[in-house]
Amino acid sequence: MATVTLRDIRKSYGAFEAIKGIDLDVADRELVVFVGPSGCGKSTLLRMIAGLEEITDGELAIDGKRVNETGPADRGLAMVFQSYALYPHMTVRQNMGFALRMAGVPRAERDRKVEEAARILQLGTYLDRRPKELSGGQRQRVAIGRAIVRNPKVFLFDEPLSNLDAALRGQMRVELTRLHEELNATMIYVTHDQVEAMTLADKIVVLQAGRVEQVGSPLELYHHPANVFVAGFIGSPRMNLLPGTAAVANGTGVEVDLDAGGPRVTVPSQAAGAASGRAVTLGIRPEALRPDANGPLYGEVKLAERLGGLTLLHVGLAGGQNVIVQIEGSAPTRAHEPIRLAVDGAACHVFDAEGQALPALRRNPLAA
Amino acid sequence: MKQTAAQRALIAALAWGVALLLFFPILWMVLTSFKSEVAAIATPPQLLFEPTLESYAEVQSRAEYLRFALNSVVVSLGGTLLALAFAVPAAYSMAFHPTERTRGTLLWMLSTKMLPPVGVLVPIYLLFRTVGALDTRTGLVVIYALMNLPILVWMLFTFFKEVPKEILEAGRMDGARTGGEFWHLLLPLTLPGIASTGLLSLILCWNEAFWSLNLTSSEAAPLTAFIASFSSPQGLFFAKLSAASTMAVAPILVFGWLSQRQLVRGLTFGAVK
Repeated sequence: MATVTLRDIRKSYGAFEAIKGIDLDVADRELVVFVGPSGCGKSTLLRMIAGLEEITDGELAIDGKRVNETGPADRGLAMVFQSYALYPHMTVRQNMGFALRMAGVPRAERDRKVEEAARILQLGTYLDRRPKELSGGQRQRVAIGRAIVRNPKVFLFDEPLSNLDAALRGQMRVELTRLHEELNATMIYVTHDQVEAMTLADKIVVLQAGRVEQVGSPLELYHHPANVFVAGFIGSPRMNLLPGTAAVANGTGVEVDLDAGGPRVTVPSQAAGAASGRAVTLGIRPEALRPDANGPLYGEVKLAERLGGLTLLHVGLAGGQNVIVQIEGSAPTRAHEPIRLAVDGAACHVFDAEGQALPALRRNPLAA
Repeated sequence: MKQTAAQRALIAALAWGVALLLFFPILWMVLTSFKSEVAAIATPPQLLFEPTLESYAEVQSRAEYLRFALNSVVVSLGGTLLALAFAVPAAYSMAFHPTERTRGTLLWMLSTKMLPPVGVLVPIYLLFRTVGALDTRTGLVVIYALMNLPILVWMLFTFFKEVPKEILEAGRMDGARTGGEFWHLLLPLTLPGIASTGLLSLILCWNEAFWSLNLTSSEAAPLTAFIASFSSPQGLFFAKLSAASTMAVAPILVFGWLSQRQLVRGLTFGAVK
C-alpha cells in the first residue's frame, strides 16, 4: 500500500525555475511513467520524490504523510539509476543486501531475501561476482534486485534501460512488466523513450519545460492528445501536423481546409473554439493516411522505409509539407513515384492556434 | 608511434641520467658518512677510501638519536592524522555538495601555500609562547597539520571527485546516513587515494625543518633538528653531519621505498579506474 501525492511541486535553481508547479496523484500499485524530451525536468522530479533533490516549494506526500523534510534514507523508496550505480567493491550478494545491512537485518534473513530476489531475476549463479564481471543486462538486473530486496513502498526508475542495446531493452521491458505484476508495487518510471512509456505505463505523465502537458493512460494520450506537443511526442512515427484553416464548424465536426490544398477534411471534433476562418493545425497519424488513386492529397514519395510488417512512406506534398504514411504489409510503392493519398478524417485531430486540441466528439472506447 | 631500439635506448639512458643526477647528493652523503673527517674534506674528493664507522659512533655518543627519531615519528603521525581528520570531511563536502564558492575556496586554500612560512613566524612564535606550545610535540603536530591541510584537501578532493555521485546516492536510497555512506562506500572506494595522501603527508612532515627548528629546542625536537645540531658552532664536520643526515633520512627513505607502489597507485588512481 503506497500512494504518492504531489501538490504544486516546484524546484528553482537561483532564478531559474526547473519544475513549475506540478500536481499529480500516483495510486497504489500503479506504474506511472514520466516522459518528455531531455531537459524537461522528469529526472529532477523523480529525484525530488526520492529525496535526492530538495523541494523548493509545494508538498510531497507518501501514503498521505508529508515527506518534504524527510531524507532519502527514511522515505522507504528504492531507486534504480541509469548508470546502475552498483557498489563496485561489493559482490552481487553484498550489493543486493546492502540496504538490509544498513537497516540492521540479521545475516540469515538478509541472505534469504537476497536469494529470493536473485531467483526472481535469475541471478542465482552470479551472487559472488563483482559488478565489473557482469554484462550490462546483468548489472541492470542487480540494480533492480537491490531495489526489490528492500521491499520498498515505491520503486523509482531513472531511465534504467537507456544504457542497454535495443534487443536487451525490449527484453527488459517485458521483464519489468512481469515484475510489476509479480511484485504488485507502486512504480514511478522516467524515460525519454515514448515506446517504453506506451508499453509499460498504467499512466503516462508527459512533461515539457517543467510543466505537465497531459496525464492519462497510454491509449488516451495516443487517441486524445491534449495539445500539439503531446500529439507530436506520443506515437511513432510522429503524427503529421499540417497547417490549415477552419472552414465550417458545427455539431457534426470541424471542416478544415489544408493550406497545402486539396478538399476539406471533416474531423469529428467539438466545434467550440474554432470559428470558421481561424487558423488551426490538422493532426494526422501516419496510419490515417493511405495511398488512394482518387485521394485528395497529391505528392511524391521521397523515401520508402520497409520494416517488413509495415511500410513507412515519406511523402513530399505538392504544397511543400512532408508527411509520413504508414501502410500495413509490404507496399509496392517506390521512392520518387508520384502518389495520391486519402485522409481518414475520423482519425484526425484539430488543434487551435494556441496548440490546444479541440476535444473529440466521440471518445475511443479503449482510451479510458 | 613505434619506437626503434635506438630510441628506447636513448630514453633509458636519459631516464638513468636524470635518476642518477637526483640520487647523487644522497649517495654522496651516505659515502661521506663512512669517511673520516679528513677524508671527507679532501680535494679532490675521494671515491675510494677506507670505510669507517667512527662518525656514527661519535654522533651516537653526542646525541640521543632515538629520542629525536621518536619525536619525528610522533609529530609526523600526529600531524598527518590530525590533518586527515579535517581534510577528509572538508574534501567530502566540497566534492559531493559543492556550492558556487567551492572552487574559490579550494584555490584560496592552495594560495596560502604560496605565503613564505617565515612571514608568519613571529606571530606564530608569539602565539605558541603565550599558550605554552613552544618545544612541545602537540605544538608541532598542530603546525604540521595546518601546514599540510591545503594539499591534503586538494588531493582528497580530486580522489573523491572520481567516485560517481550516483553510487553515494544509491547508498543514501539504501538507507545509509552520512557516516555509513563514508564508511561503507567512499572509504573502500578511495582507500588507495586516502592512503597515498597520508603517505605524502607523512613524508612532508618528516622532512619539515623550518618550523621544527624555530619552535622546538630539546624536548620536542625531531630529526631535522638533530641534523641541524651537527652543523655546529665548532665548524663544519662533514662526516659527522653526513652520518647524522643519513640516520635521519634512512627511515623515511625505507618507508617511501616500501610504499612506493601504493604512492604511485594512489597518484594515478583516476587514470586506471
